Amino acid sequence: MAAEGQQHPLKLYFFIWGLLFVFSAASYGTDFLQHGLFRWGLILLFMILKAGFIVAIFMHMRWERLALIYAILGPPVVLLVLIGLMAVEGDYTELKRLDFFSAPLVPAGHAAEHGTEAAH
Amino acid sequence: MAHEAVSAAEAREEGWQSIVTDWGQDKATFRVPWGKAMMWIFLLSDTFIFTCFLTGYMNVRMSTTVPWPNPSEVFGLNVFGVEVPLLLIGIMTFDLITSSGTMALAVNYGYRRDRGRAAALMFLTGAFGALFVGMQAFEWTELILKWGIRPWGNPLGASQFGACFFMITGFHGLHVSAGVVYLSIVAMKVLRGDYEKKGYEIVEIAGLYWHFVDLVWVFIFAFFYLW
Repeated sequence: MAAEGQQHPLKLYFFIWGLLFVFSAASYGTDFLQHGLFRWGLILLFMILKAGFIVAIFMHMRWERLALIYAILGPPVVLLVLIGLMAVEGDYTELKRLDFFSAPLVPAGHAAEHGTEAAH
Repeated sequence: MAHEAVSAAEAREEGWQSIVTDWGQDKATFRVPWGKAMMWIFLLSDTFIFTCFLTGYMNVRMSTTVPWPNPSEVFGLNVFGVEVPLLLIGIMTFDLITSSGTMALAVNYGYRRDRGRAAALMFLTGAFGALFVGMQAFEWTELILKWGIRPWGNPLGASQFGACFFMITGFHGLHVSAGVVYLSIVAMKVLRGDYEKKGYEIVEIAGLYWHFVDLVWVFIFAFFYLW
C-alpha cells in the first residue's frame, strides 16, 4: 500500500454514493408493501446491500489485508447464534404467555359482574 | 507512521498465504496504523452492543401477546394535509447517507493533503449529523407529547415499544452526537495543519467511526422501523 494510505478515484465514491441512495429509496419503498415474506426478503436484501457497500467501499475493507478482514468480520458471525437462540426463546415465551394469560373460558363481561365470586 | 509497510512480495500473496504471513511472523499482525486497528476493534465491540440491543428488542417483540404499535403510522408526517407513512425516518436515512458520502470525500482529500477541502467536508458531515440529531429530538418530542409513549408503557399497544425505542435510538443518537464532536475536533486540527508531519490517516479513522454510525442506522431502520 502507498505511504499515504487508502486512495481511490473519486468517481468510485460518487458511484457508490448514488447506489446507496437508490438502495435507501428502495428500502423506504418496502414500507408501502403488504407485510409478509416478500416484504421481509426485500427489507433484508436492501439492508445487506447497503451495509455491504458501506463496509467494503466507504470503510475500505475491500482493500485491507485478509488478516484484518477476518479479525473484524469473523467474530460477528457468532451473533447469528445469539439471534437464533433468542428467536426460539421469544416464540416459546409467547406460547407460554398465550397459555397462561389468555382470557378465562368464562366470557369477560360475565366474570367482571361476579367479581371475586367467579374465582370459586 | 510506525506501522510495518507491506512489501511488494507480501502484497502479491493471496488468500490464506497472506494470513499466515501476517500472523506467523514475530511482528505486528495488522499492517495498518495502530489507531486504525484500534478503531476497528472498538467498532467490533460496538457491533456486539448494538446487536445485543436489537436482539433484546426482537425477543420482547416476538414474545409479547399485545399488538405492537404500527411504526409507519407513528413515524409518519403530515405534509400539507396528506399523511405520508414513515416520512421522517426516510428523511433521516437520506440525511445520514449524504453525510457518509461527504465523509468519504473528506478522507480522499485528506490523503491528497488538500487541508481546506478535507476540513470543509468534515464540517459539512458534522452539520448533517447535527441535523440528524435535531430531527431525532423532534421525533422523540412527537412520540412523547403527541403519542404519549413512555419507556414503561404507551396507549398504542405493547409497553415494550417505548423501552426498545428510547434505548436503541437513544444510544444511536448518542453515537451521532459524539461523532459530531469528534469530527469537528479532527477537522479543526486538520485545518490548523497539525497532521502535516504525521499524515492524514486520522481522517480515515474518524471516517470509519462515522460510517459505522450510518451502518448501525441501516440495521435499526430495517428492524425497528420496517418490521
